[in-house]
Amino acid sequence: MAHSDLTTRRDSAGETTAVPEPGTGNDARTAGPVPAGMRRVPVVPLLIVSSVALLVSLPAGTMFGPTHISFADVVDVWQARITGGADGSVEDRIVWNIRAPRVILAAIVGGGLAVAGTIVQTLVRNPLADPYLLGVSAGASVGATAVITLGVLAAAGTWAISAGAMIGAVLAAIAVFGITLSQGGLTPLRLVLTGTVLASAFSAMASYLVFRSAEPQMAQGVLFWLLGSLARASWEQLLLPLVVLVAVLVPLVLIRGWLDGLLTGADVAEGLGVPVARLRIVLFVSQAVLVGVMVAVSGAIGFVGLIIPHVARLLVGPLHGRLLPVAAVLGALFLVWVDVAARVLAPPQDIPLSVVTGIVGAPVFLVLLGRRRYRFGGES
Amino acid sequence: MNIHLQARGLACGRGRHSVLRDVDLTVPRGGRVALVGPNGSGKSTLLRALTGVDRPHAGEVLLKGRPLASFTARERARQMAVVSQHEAPPADLLVRELVALGRLPHRSPWSSEPVDDHAMAALERLDLAHFADRAVDQLSGGELRRVLLARALAQDVDLLVLDEPTNHLDLRHQHELLATVRDLDVTVIAAIHDLHLAARYLDEVVVLHQGRVHGVGDPEEALSAERVAEVFGVHVARVRHPVTGRLHLLVEPEEVVVDPARAMPG
Repeated sequence: MAHSDLTTRRDSAGETTAVPEPGTGNDARTAGPVPAGMRRVPVVPLLIVSSVALLVSLPAGTMFGPTHISFADVVDVWQARITGGADGSVEDRIVWNIRAPRVILAAIVGGGLAVAGTIVQTLVRNPLADPYLLGVSAGASVGATAVITLGVLAAAGTWAISAGAMIGAVLAAIAVFGITLSQGGLTPLRLVLTGTVLASAFSAMASYLVFRSAEPQMAQGVLFWLLGSLARASWEQLLLPLVVLVAVLVPLVLIRGWLDGLLTGADVAEGLGVPVARLRIVLFVSQAVLVGVMVAVSGAIGFVGLIIPHVARLLVGPLHGRLLPVAAVLGALFLVWVDVAARVLAPPQDIPLSVVTGIVGAPVFLVLLGRRRYRFGGES
Repeated sequence: MNIHLQARGLACGRGRHSVLRDVDLTVPRGGRVALVGPNGSGKSTLLRALTGVDRPHAGEVLLKGRPLASFTARERARQMAVVSQHEAPPADLLVRELVALGRLPHRSPWSSEPVDDHAMAALERLDLAHFADRAVDQLSGGELRRVLLARALAQDVDLLVLDEPTNHLDLRHQHELLATVRDLDVTVIAAIHDLHLAARYLDEVVVLHQGRVHGVGDPEEALSAERVAEVFGVHVARVRHPVTGRLHLLVEPEEVVVDPARAMPG
């Protein structure tokens, strides 16, 4: 590092004597040392440490709740269950039937939203995009609100809200996709415009459904769902989100070279042999499926899909072979502990997860914003 | 003649309006062609059609005798490298990562082998190896231009297409970059503003004007004083360097009236 800094300074000093470059000469920037935000963390140790932390956090997370259960008891329960000898005690039922699925779902949803955020940021080439940008979650909220306030899909029982949200998400994704494609292709600008406009429209529809419902209890139910909760987690609910997360993450890590190419912009990526049009469709569908499923099982949890991809990118850089797995593990780890906080901060009530992520996330994000340079409208 | 790239009856433009029409162009293998013309004459537009980024409105482009439209993006990327004028890579990408993207067409997207040998070789060739671990946003505009050329070299192809490659470069690097390109033993097509650089480093000049090819030929022939006056609206005197004997263009905005009394003898 020291050596390259020296050569750098000499080089840029030589350049200042030459013809100045209009609009681009900025020698303070050229000669300065590498800013802290640019240092990369080695990816393999980071993945190992964060994965181990996640594996410890899963049982550890089940200690917390209205009834505190000691770590030793928790370990006993997990050991007994994994080796097949459950004792059916109160601890066993609380830890295994109620908290374990909830903690695992938190990990899956956290990972899923972080991956979705990474995908959307790559798709629209903007590090400030979040997974809810393209309207899928707003569509899901219309579906869920319709279930809560109108009682549609009552036949689906406990799955009704998830089913409603899923249907809403699918319809919204099809609308955004169709309109964007018909207006000139899945370009970043078109996607952001169409997604933002349709998201507003969907939110208005959801608001109207709440407004016309007679019972205030329903409004509260909708609000609670919108802000995100894992309180309804059950073992049967885990399979679909897990399968979707793996089914999206693994192929995207495999085609990481093409995703990296897309970082340079559509024309350049095409010049590097990336099938841009098809890749954009793959990315759109991936984020739609991920967001739809995650929102269906947990509501619209905010900030995870914005901050975690950002933190991951600060740690390991923008190349997707490193970025995607790191975002997935960090997202999982983050949401497990957010959900623990949601359970213990105001017992016996559950705090909606978006409240926790917002309170934790906003200051963290402001610190990150201060550390990093952004370009916006041609200015940095 | 072994033809590398050929345009036949090409009409092209962005949107529906054709900026250029009836373009016929033949680039031999190993040829080095400069596209010159005033702002808005369609240099970039023509390059976008020649590289298959935009579909031509009429006519066709043949790459090694095969219609360019029949190439997949990947096949095309193994045949030609393009350095565009307005690329803004993400600020946090490192230089060696950016240059290694030039290897994309040659590896499967899931290969994990770090093919950085070509990338580093390309960086060294342009004397940029000490930038390898720098983030893109720590480069000056001129440094970025050279890094992007390094990526094109890493692509390891025999056709380079450059859009204003010397923009943002200081004088020494303008000459160094074009000299490097000239010595590469590849076919080159470059849109270039500076007529003197075009004449010096490229073998053939194509002058674009008012939506057509106005003239083609070797630099001396294509950049005649009359044509430069008509196309660019400036007046040039073509003089020889007193030592090297090379052609230089002296530019005056207004026509210079020669006063016989003050004319220097010889």
